[in-house]
Amino acid sequence: MNDMQFSSPVSVDDAVTLLAADTDANILAGGTDLMVQLQSGMRTSRHIVDIKRIAELNQVNQAADGSWTLGAAVCSAELNENAALKAQWPGVLEAADLIGSMQVQGRATMAGNLCNASPAADSVPALVAANATVTIAGPNGRRTAPVNGIATAPGKTALEKGELIISVNLPAKPARSGEAYLRFIPRTEMDIAVVGAGVFITLDEAGICTAARASLGAVAPTVLLFDEADGILVGAKPDEQALEKAAAVLMSACRPIDDKRGTAEYRTDIAGVLFKRTAKIAIERAIA
Amino acid sequence: MQGAVAQGIGWALNEEYIYGEDGRLQNAGFLDYRMPVASDLPMIEPVIVEVPNPYHPFGVKGVAEAGMVASLATIANAVADATGRRMTALPISPPRMLKALKENRGVEA
Repeated sequence: MNDMQFSSPVSVDDAVTLLAADTDANILAGGTDLMVQLQSGMRTSRHIVDIKRIAELNQVNQAADGSWTLGAAVCSAELNENAALKAQWPGVLEAADLIGSMQVQGRATMAGNLCNASPAADSVPALVAANATVTIAGPNGRRTAPVNGIATAPGKTALEKGELIISVNLPAKPARSGEAYLRFIPRTEMDIAVVGAGVFITLDEAGICTAARASLGAVAPTVLLFDEADGILVGAKPDEQALEKAAAVLMSACRPIDDKRGTAEYRTDIAGVLFKRTAKIAIERAIA
Repeated sequence: MQGAVAQGIGWALNEEYIYGEDGRLQNAGFLDYRMPVASDLPMIEPVIVEVPNPYHPFGVKGVAEAGMVASLATIANAVADATGRRMTALPISPPRMLKALKENRGVEA
């Protein structure tokens, strides 16, 4: 490794200034991807900007309207210790809880998971299904953008030079809504998703689906999102037949690769199965 | 002895070398060369049968990797019992198993 500068700014503005000033600066949050990439020679960096000292990025807050702001430097283990958050968004937290191992979860952040832009990132499909947004700070001020769209290709994001994600935001959750995330791996842990599926569903009092968002990870270069426009679930009781129909829509959109983690055909089949299982958990949570 | 069974279970279900079209090994690391992790395995209780081996001058028997052979066959038999399909190639990985079930391939158990 060559000479490297290391900065630990304590304000968002300082972080933006540092990131904007160096064309070869990298953001360090948990470092569970960055450090591995540096050590293995996959990536070089002249300047590491650690964002963990910024107080604003270490906070988890719920607003009066019920929405949540999760600081970008909060690790997944800490998020999972927040009982109120876990009760409201169990699927998102279960997804964050699947990243790496217990030790890794003590470091890894959802914002980092998103910015690493791996097609197989665990927390991203869950956030996309939950209609989460991110708040981004940059040289031109702050902006908010949907999580879906931040990763534009494997390893690439829509963030501009000098920009960093400062929080992941979960919207207020409508009544009778449930969400879930499941992933398939050939082992029980310490593995990378062969397929991941997130589902968010809202039911009315008669049990008819009034809103639905389904997402798939690891079956395309970026997360695939399906909603009412794709003709899934909305307007009907989400019974076996409706789930089967929606699964067919999802499977027909899959364009996975054949690789060491699974064949394209296998990933597509599993996407349908996993979606149905995930949807059933989301439906149970919406009713409960 | 327990290690041999663990190794056999890994070989039976997931461990394999995956080569790319360029002939290079694609999974030269423990993330993708899928050895079982602790939570993948059942409790393994070795039972030591202390009968001398009549085919050896000192009566000894192999330990360590000798135990792998039986665990491979045990898993293959369990899969055949559960699915009705006798799988004839290792590992019996999830993609291979699903393909066999879908195509109704393999020898009926």
